[in-house]
Amino acid sequence: MSTQGGFNAPLRRVGVVTLVLFGMLFVNLNYVQGVKAKDYRTSDYNARVQTAEYDVERGKIIVGDTAVAESKETTDSLKYLRTYPGGEMYAHVVGFRGVNIGSSGVEKLEDEYLSGNSDAQFADRISEMFTGQKPGGNVVLSLSKGAQETAWKELTGQKLSKTGAAVAIDPRTGAILAAVSFPSYDPGPYASHDTKVAVDAKTKVESDKELKPSLNRAFSDRFPPGSTFKVITSAAALANGATPETVMQAGNNYQPPQTSNFSIKNSSQNTCPEPSITLKQALTVSCNTSFARYAVESLGPDKLKEMGRNFGFEEIPHIERDDKNFAFGVAKSEMGTMSGPDGKVDPPALAQSAIGQREVKMTPLQGAMIAATVANNGSQMRPYLVQELKTYDLTTTHFTAQPKELRRSCTPAISRDLQDMMVNVVENGTGKKARINGFKVGGKTGTADGAEEEGAHGWFIGFVMKDDKPIIATAVFLQNAGKGGSGEAARISGEIMKSYIAEKGLS
Amino acid sequence: MTGQLRAATSGFQLATRRNVELALLLFVMVLLLGYAAAVEAAVIEEITGDFWVQTATLGVLFFAAHLAVRFLAPNADPVLLPAVAFINGLGVLFLRRVDYAYLTKAKVALRADFSPWAGLGGKQLLWTVIALVFAIVILVVVRDHKSMSKYAYTLGLLGIILVLIPALLPASLAQREGQSNGAKLWIRVGSYSIQPGEFAKIMLLVFFAYYLVKKREVLSLASRRFLGIDFPRGRDLGPVITVWVLSLMILVFVKDLGTSLMYFGMFVVTVYIATERASWLIIGLGLFLGGAFLAYFLGASVGGPFANFYTRAEIWLDPFADPSGDGYQLVQSLLGLGQGGLFGEGPGNGSPRFIPEVQNDLIFAGLGEEIGLFGLTAILMVYLLIVERGLRTALGVRDAFGKLFAGGMSFTLGLQVFVIVGGVTRLIPLTGQTTPFMSAGGSSLMANWILIFLLLRISDAARNPASTSASARPGVGRRNPPEQLHDAPTEMIR
Repeated sequence: MSTQGGFNAPLRRVGVVTLVLFGMLFVNLNYVQGVKAKDYRTSDYNARVQTAEYDVERGKIIVGDTAVAESKETTDSLKYLRTYPGGEMYAHVVGFRGVNIGSSGVEKLEDEYLSGNSDAQFADRISEMFTGQKPGGNVVLSLSKGAQETAWKELTGQKLSKTGAAVAIDPRTGAILAAVSFPSYDPGPYASHDTKVAVDAKTKVESDKELKPSLNRAFSDRFPPGSTFKVITSAAALANGATPETVMQAGNNYQPPQTSNFSIKNSSQNTCPEPSITLKQALTVSCNTSFARYAVESLGPDKLKEMGRNFGFEEIPHIERDDKNFAFGVAKSEMGTMSGPDGKVDPPALAQSAIGQREVKMTPLQGAMIAATVANNGSQMRPYLVQELKTYDLTTTHFTAQPKELRRSCTPAISRDLQDMMVNVVENGTGKKARINGFKVGGKTGTADGAEEEGAHGWFIGFVMKDDKPIIATAVFLQNAGKGGSGEAARISGEIMKSYIAEKGLS
Repeated sequence: MTGQLRAATSGFQLATRRNVELALLLFVMVLLLGYAAAVEAAVIEEITGDFWVQTATLGVLFFAAHLAVRFLAPNADPVLLPAVAFINGLGVLFLRRVDYAYLTKAKVALRADFSPWAGLGGKQLLWTVIALVFAIVILVVVRDHKSMSKYAYTLGLLGIILVLIPALLPASLAQREGQSNGAKLWIRVGSYSIQPGEFAKIMLLVFFAYYLVKKREVLSLASRRFLGIDFPRGRDLGPVITVWVLSLMILVFVKDLGTSLMYFGMFVVTVYIATERASWLIIGLGLFLGGAFLAYFLGASVGGPFANFYTRAEIWLDPFADPSGDGYQLVQSLLGLGQGGLFGEGPGNGSPRFIPEVQNDLIFAGLGEEIGLFGLTAILMVYLLIVERGLRTALGVRDAFGKLFAGGMSFTLGLQVFVIVGGVTRLIPLTGQTTPFMSAGGSSLMANWILIFLLLRISDAARNPASTSASARPGVGRRNPPEQLHDAPTEMIR
């Protein structure tokens, strides 16, 4: 047979087949590195993103002039290790930033700025292309070192309660000066570069279902406010035409209509056994029967709830710069329903709600906001935690908190009446332990029965003023503290106020 | 000789183009030097005084290879050696870059003093020396590629044995360390391992080429037409069926689709080249796909020896179903490639430590992270160039054995690149093939360099004016001969 030209035609076609095979590789490679590149780059399984993040020194979180979170250079494969000198005391505010276990708190809230990736730092990033990468930005918190330390020391030092919280606010600006939830946890191991160490630490903290150390009770949990809610009821009464001197019916018992075997009582037979009492005196001794009766007979649920809303109930107080509430998960304080299913007033429910029981629930943050609003002449400021965002060398400030009025909760006249009444509580009533020499301290105690068969919660919300100018407002909450809880809460509030006064050099 | 005299004066026919090869090699060395400097600048943050040592060593090696070709195969293709040198050199330098990545920050000071012969990169450099020495020896020994056909049966038998040894060895001696479910492609003795399949590939092809040259009439003559395609008679299908069964056995016992696809593809394509019957391609593709589907469904229902293939296919269909378990390798490969994107992170700026087996199967993904789509495209183009130059050699050579061997060799090389790169980029299921000239490992490097030097030997014969018919055609001018050379008619050897 002829072999002329044999094999050449199929060889050429094999060349074409090879071209086709390589063509498929090219097309597919374009898909993987072009079309899908972004998905792969940002994939949760792509550890490069995190590694790159740890190549840059993350900015500090600062309280006063102290770093409560900072990054330290290591010899690990991840260059910088996040450390938390603030420890347990600041854990719920600062949060944590783990390698593989997510983040929380300010670490989560201001992640972009801390890592140097925020829009505000865009110009800096451009110049860094020539000068080398600089550390991320610093976050300066609004917290007062003195107030925070005192709150932590006092809460962990008291013996009545195993769990609790304290919040302090600057009434004029809304700056959060202290936010403590206890028990707390050490966020240090959470940031370990050893994923196992981090996961084990987090799992251990979260497995404590009884004390829930990771729960931020200051912002994210709600409890019946008890008698502290009488400040709202008082405000509603004042708005309803009453004055501090308006005489109300008192007594050891009040049986609301439509009930037979239920009645409102006072905490003791000595609270307000007399048949009548002024509004101011009722708040001073915390007379349940007079407030419950007044709410049912003169106020009605609508006016009470309206005043509650005016002070911030039924709305999440946004402490983050945007309204997303994604880092802290601040809880909404609620008053519940005071009507029956038929829409008509439910007198027993209203009577209980007026003294901060039944479905009324409040965060310690909300408690501090009520006291702050009273002290600030009825003007409620938006609470905030981040005071400033500054470059790593603190030379440029990218953001400074601008105090913002949330709402006018009540008229200045009503707020002045409330101030007088609350000052009377501390000077002559249930809140004596919060007194500070030379300062005008006002407040309201609260003892609330929780759902548990344990001791009642102890509350105190209060403020301190000098020369008619508010200085600081606080809320202290001692969960299941039992007898003496509200008095202890008042004492702790006083201590927090004192430390802040000392820090500010006002005394 | 008259031919030589005339060529010496006219300048084209005896232009051996060795100087072109040398110039291309120099260009390649400049590229590699630039890459080595870029890696050091990124990883050590300074270019050390020793950054050129590995590249220079490679340069000396390739220059020696060039000299060997200049003297032993002066008319050989001038592009093959520089193209392969580029890939080989890039492999060595990238493996050194991987070494740097595994020196932890604590030992970062060591990077600058890291010996050029240490680590994966140093070992690969050493293997390059050994591989080139072997390949040059082959060039010395095999003065005429046709002489290989004398040992066709011996080589064929040896090839089959080499393929089967790992398959029959206990898994602990045949699998890569720590991969109890991986392909059985190795013979491991202590800390050393060789991949006999790389050598078997060449030996089997010698046999295929020889066998098919003898049998081509039978395989191409008698046929029935169906749908416009000539199909062979049933009884002539025997050898093909045999190889198909063998390749399926490889799939099952070697546990490797890639290897199976390689051998089967190599055989089918050589049959096709020998017979010019497209039906063989269709039959082959059909048989292979059918076999793969069968193995997939048997793996899903029966499991046992088919389970491995089933798992691999499942990973391929959805790598993110188990991203940190079964799908880990492919997922990390894709993430690495995606991270690289169009332009790559830059030499030395990627994170090859995140890509498992980045020195072996997934080296293409590791490189892709740093040099991006454009860089990988360039590398694929160089591979394509090697394959097409190989096929051109097959076109140029005149004897049937040489044509079949060169054609089969070139296609197999291309197929291997397709199988591994396709696997790494999730075009096909990922299998344990080496990336030719690039993956860490001596067997693969040695076998592939031998393959290239055999191609050089054949291309020398194809372009050698002494053995062309050019001297018998005195009227041929300086303008037309290249086409003549490349389409040289086939001389049958019996």
